[in-house]
Amino acid sequence: MRRDGTFIAVEVDDQSAADANLARKLTEACPVDIFAQGGGGLLEIVEKNLDECVLCRLCLDASPAGAVKIIKLYDDSAVLA
Amino acid sequence: MRFFEFEAREVIKRAGIPVTDYGFTTDAAEAREIAQRIGGPTVIKSQVLTGGRMKAGGVRFADTPEEAESHAREILALEIGGHMPRGVLVDPKAEVEQEYYAGVVWDGIRKQPVMIFSPVGGIDIEQVAEEQPDKVGRRHFSNILPFSDFQAKEVIASTGVSGPELNKLVPILTRLAKVFVEHDMVLAEINPLGRLSDGSFVALDAHMDIENEARGRHRRLLADLGVGDEETRQAREATPFELAGELVDATDHRGVAGNVTEFDGNLGLVIGAGGGSLTLFDAVRAHGGEPANYCEIGGNPSVAKACGLAKLVLQKPGVDKIAVMMSIVSNTRVDIVARGVIKACLELGHDPGEKIAIFRIPGAWEEEGFKILERYGVDYADRSVSLNEAARRAVEKIQGVAA
Repeated sequence: MRRDGTFIAVEVDDQSAADANLARKLTEACPVDIFAQGGGGLLEIVEKNLDECVLCRLCLDASPAGAVKIIKLYDDSAVLA
Repeated sequence: MRFFEFEAREVIKRAGIPVTDYGFTTDAAEAREIAQRIGGPTVIKSQVLTGGRMKAGGVRFADTPEEAESHAREILALEIGGHMPRGVLVDPKAEVEQEYYAGVVWDGIRKQPVMIFSPVGGIDIEQVAEEQPDKVGRRHFSNILPFSDFQAKEVIASTGVSGPELNKLVPILTRLAKVFVEHDMVLAEINPLGRLSDGSFVALDAHMDIENEARGRHRRLLADLGVGDEETRQAREATPFELAGELVDATDHRGVAGNVTEFDGNLGLVIGAGGGSLTLFDAVRAHGGEPANYCEIGGNPSVAKACGLAKLVLQKPGVDKIAVMMSIVSNTRVDIVARGVIKACLELGHDPGEKIAIFRIPGAWEEEGFKILERYGVDYADRSVSLNEAARRAVEKIQGVAA
């Protein structure tokens, strides 16, 4: 699953996106509400909040290595992972 | 926030400073009743938050209650300087032997209150200071340490006042100074302070202004005076542009992107940080620029909030470019503001590199911010470029557009 804002894109691998427990963790961790839980507790990426990302890495800390990627679209798609 | 005269009088009355047996009303018939109660000649005064009342016919003298009612009716319908009166104050016409001035104002440079006294009252204290400087006494005092009567005594005595007069005036100026500090005021003025034929003193008019930010600390007083939260008491009504700015700031709790004030120039300003707004606004004007607005941004607003403010300014008729400038002291994230203002340009269909005359915000996350600005071709400056120089460059660019 990948969603793009103007400056920031967020990518979550499909297996992690289907993990309701991880979805809860990400929803709690993100200070700018980029993640939410939809039907069945599945992960949703809130597109309107993508550009609010403060690059805090809390989502990366809350998830298994490589599960979530933060992509800086303004910086040659540099990836925080 | 300015007080009406009737409110200021109530404040000083509560502080124990003698006032006349006045009455406030919004009804002409009631003005007559007040005049009847007072007995004798009265003064009917329009309650407006603007000067020039006397010249505009907002202060009239009445010999009878009927005359008081008639004057009150006319004054209540009289607009002064674009303001309709809140009501009228019916005041006994005092037999005054001499008029004095007593005031306390906040000195923003010394960051202390200064009390001012003059035995020449009833006219602007600035005029007295210019024409009879020896008749104006002043002294700064601490708004933290306890106030001493002696400080007031020194100020009054320095103008040549002595004897029983001095002894009666000291508690008045002392109480005024205490009222000023206790209520977080920026101005507390009694002018004139009248000496009556029996030697007593009475406040005949009062002006007060409390720090806007302190309103929350004085809810009880404001409630007692009937001042509602919705009353801004600004010098003029907010324009639709300014109201839209308030809405932008209210979008979320993060940071500040507001205090928008409308001007009629062509250079939109997105400015702020620790006094930076005022400095930058002045710098733009000093370089011959014409700001379209004043505003304050800082404290890490969200991208959406910075975007909202920039969009508002960009959409203002007559705005050719915006200048995004801040001092370093607020520690607001450079990349977040950069995203906000660039997003505003993009969403309005503008090229950020064309629309943003200069972006001068150094500080937190500046490397990330500069990457964003470079990506969109925005001319930016780091901390090696002064606020003044940044303003100059912005004006130079906008003047290039105008030419």
